[in-house]
Amino acid sequence: MNPQKNPLGDLSLLIRLCVTCLLVPTGLSTLEARPETVEPYEQSWTPTPVSEIDRLVGEEQDRHGIERANPCSEEVFLRRAYLDITGTLPPVQAYWKYRKVPVKQRRAGLIDALLETEAYADYWTLKWSDLLRIKAEFPINLWPNGVQAYHRWIKESVRSNKPFDEFARELLTSSGSNFRVPPVNFYRAIEGQKPETIATAVSLTLMGVRYNSWTEKQQADLAHIFSRVAFKKTDEWKEEIVYLDPEQYESIELTFPDGESLVVPAGADPRRAFADWLIHPDNPWFARNAVNRAWFWLMGRGLIHEPDDIREDNPCVSPALLSYLEEEFVDSGYDMKHVFRLILNSRTYQQSPIPRSDNPLAESLFSHYIVRRMDAEVLFDALTVLGGQGELYQSPVPEPFTFVPEYKRTVQLSDGSITSQFLEKFGRPGRDTGLELERSNAYSVDQGMYLLNSGEVQNRIKSSFRLRNIIRQGKQDPQKAVDQLYRLILARTPTEEEQATALAYQGVSTGKQMAYQDLCWALINSKEFLYRH
Amino acid sequence: MHLKTSKLELSRRDFIRMSALGSLGMQFGNSAFSQNLAPLKQAKAKAVIEIWMWGGPSHIDTFDPKPEAGRDIIGPYTDVVETNVSGIRINSMLPKLAQQADKYSLIRSFTHGIKAHETATYMMQTGRAPGGGEVYPCVGAVVSKFKGHEGAYKGAIPPYIVLTKSHGRFSEEGFLGPKFKPFATGGDPSKDPFLVEGIIAKDMTDQRQRKRRKLLGQLDSLGQHIQGNPEFLSMEQCQDEAYNLILGEAREIFDLKQEPTKLREAYGMSHFGQSCLQARRLVEEGVPYITVNYNGWDTHKTHFDTMNQKMPEFDQAVATLLEDLDQRGLLDSTIVWCSGEFGRTPRIQWKEPWNGGRGHFGACFSGFVAGGGFKGGHVIGETDANAEEVVSRPVYPQDLIGSIYELAGIDPNGTILNGAGKKVPLTLPTEADGRLYEIM
Repeated sequence: MNPQKNPLGDLSLLIRLCVTCLLVPTGLSTLEARPETVEPYEQSWTPTPVSEIDRLVGEEQDRHGIERANPCSEEVFLRRAYLDITGTLPPVQAYWKYRKVPVKQRRAGLIDALLETEAYADYWTLKWSDLLRIKAEFPINLWPNGVQAYHRWIKESVRSNKPFDEFARELLTSSGSNFRVPPVNFYRAIEGQKPETIATAVSLTLMGVRYNSWTEKQQADLAHIFSRVAFKKTDEWKEEIVYLDPEQYESIELTFPDGESLVVPAGADPRRAFADWLIHPDNPWFARNAVNRAWFWLMGRGLIHEPDDIREDNPCVSPALLSYLEEEFVDSGYDMKHVFRLILNSRTYQQSPIPRSDNPLAESLFSHYIVRRMDAEVLFDALTVLGGQGELYQSPVPEPFTFVPEYKRTVQLSDGSITSQFLEKFGRPGRDTGLELERSNAYSVDQGMYLLNSGEVQNRIKSSFRLRNIIRQGKQDPQKAVDQLYRLILARTPTEEEQATALAYQGVSTGKQMAYQDLCWALINSKEFLYRH
Repeated sequence: MHLKTSKLELSRRDFIRMSALGSLGMQFGNSAFSQNLAPLKQAKAKAVIEIWMWGGPSHIDTFDPKPEAGRDIIGPYTDVVETNVSGIRINSMLPKLAQQADKYSLIRSFTHGIKAHETATYMMQTGRAPGGGEVYPCVGAVVSKFKGHEGAYKGAIPPYIVLTKSHGRFSEEGFLGPKFKPFATGGDPSKDPFLVEGIIAKDMTDQRQRKRRKLLGQLDSLGQHIQGNPEFLSMEQCQDEAYNLILGEAREIFDLKQEPTKLREAYGMSHFGQSCLQARRLVEEGVPYITVNYNGWDTHKTHFDTMNQKMPEFDQAVATLLEDLDQRGLLDSTIVWCSGEFGRTPRIQWKEPWNGGRGHFGACFSGFVAGGGFKGGHVIGETDANAEEVVSRPVYPQDLIGSIYELAGIDPNGTILNGAGKKVPLTLPTEADGRLYEIM
């Protein structure tokens, strides 16, 4: 699939700030209840009110005559919210708890609850660890202790919902030991550790701009800002100090990408001047980068796409929506969870994955939920739904050796250099460049061989105590056993047709072990299991 | 083999998406992948077998013996053996390889100076020093790209096979993207059956495979409701291809029982021996690049006990591989190269905790090349009396890799597109005497 050339480009260059209040809401009627729903993925009604996001997305869809998808069903929403917010499948009992909450409070309540979980902090720490390239060895050399310190600091920041401006400021302006001042590892996790490569990482991570999108002059100006960052070793094994070179004490003139110039007085930190410039409500890159990424993470596609390729000639599908999110983000005090909440509580997010429009723009205008394969780490953890062990992750080099306790979920892994055939096969990012597209969630032939026919998957199914319990049930009441299996793997009850198909499979109705193993295998290999939907 | 030159530059994303569609073994829009590469020369080598001695084998105890160096340098290995090429001597623990010396040329002057596994492996595999924000693909990924994915090979078996586990310490495919990752077989070829991960499953009949595949199709409800989604279409295509391997004829390549017992025993009924035999079978099938990852050479402690155990296994398997390839007329078109990421310290660490061990050593180390246009019976380079320094004809990683490319018909002076779609040179200019033209 090639990226769509967006015909909106002429109107929606990102530099253009649309005045949202001038736009008249249209076409809301199509967001209302509608018949012809597909069970078990859709329902005809939604408890969720129309939000500003829905209104703005709706405008763009209406302009192209794109029909929106139905609201997703409660079961789909539950699974989706768990996977998107926490990177975990809902536990079997979660659905029954969810159903006890009054309809109008269910979805918002679940979103709020999930945003406060430990799993939320783990999952979003993983995301930031990718972008910040947390890796003990090669070609980024943070070393194990640096990895632990940095990873913990990020997790604490995510858990406490540290305002994003503070988070970025600490990354940019910290000095000191990689063990004692964790955010200095931002500078260490950059290959080459030269002014140009630092500027590349800063621009990509915090502005969403690829370095080669700047003019040569802008590139040189950006690199100049970081020309005084220096590194030195200590007697401590693998300790490194990030500091400002005291030899370069004199005043320095900086020019920022928007052309603004500034003289930083002698002895002052040019990185602070940059942070002050970047983290300012009027700065056109900082908030935009953050909210566009947030949208991409939850919706599967950026308003500007790729999300880390912001430039004038890469159009935004809805400048009004982007501005709205930016404003909300800045006004909330750079509160990332606030933006997540806005998106998650929209009807746009809560749509069915089944498109009702064959307009080629439908997906890029978010007319349905975009299906995507689970992240490698999430998928590995999801496979343990059958019970059985996680993997014993370890890294024999560099010293000191790293051993990860078995009870830790894969999503919690801190170190990108920990060897795992599974994670490599399923597209874990190399953490070499910090680009979002380093993570590949495309299904491949060797993933197919693994899931369809590997000893590992086979053993997981064979040795599953949960499956054994279900088979025991199957000898008494096969219908109930099939129900349980669906609940366990797909977090829903089977339709009548599915129930009939399953029972017709040779051996299911008589509680044969092999038949249930095949049934379990088929559900694990279904798109519904492997994809977020 | 020829490649069209195309100005079409694709983003990495496109590559990844297309690789999902294209994938192992199957060609998909050949021209779309064509890279701007200088015209290819006539290829002498059709295939490459890499024997990777993971961990860094001791050079002084294998191919660069120094019988006069004294106990603190050579320990118990005072005996050398004359090979079938006069003047070439190797450790007497390798008698079978000594009888094949006319088929390979020793390189005693490999050097890169690196003592860390990852960096040294990266250098030997890519011919590059790390840095510059770019992770280069290794030689196997490059050869399988030009000769497999975009070349003449169209077999069902993926064009880049690793027996049996991949390195794991660096990404073999580098910026080429996941499509160019090797297929690691897993399993143990000395066991019956050789359980090639994802292709051959234990206790699984074809009938059951077909039955449950049908069930999967029936129960794929979401897929049935979402038609025409490119992700889903690509997934279905990948599953079909996986089944071509699972249920097709290709899997017979992995049935080593089809080989005469006598030959299997000549290779040695070990994991490594049977891996070498499997490599030969894959060459016959046309697979362009096969790596045999041979673990266990990182001998920090009780080095000599380990070497006493490993060398006979190594000797038997590799000598038989060379002879077998030669007898089948395959050696002329198959490069066999063998090395680790570095050598080991010539000075023995006798004390606790090493108890007679050797550390990492990157200043000089040994390996060999054979077949596919490499002449046998020569020695390249020389080290000093204790094998601690190269004294003549240093061979850098890019010299070896450039030579392999050239014999495989890939222009080492050409360019390749990196992750950002920029042209970068396939190999770097050498620092010394360059590619191994004296034996090509």
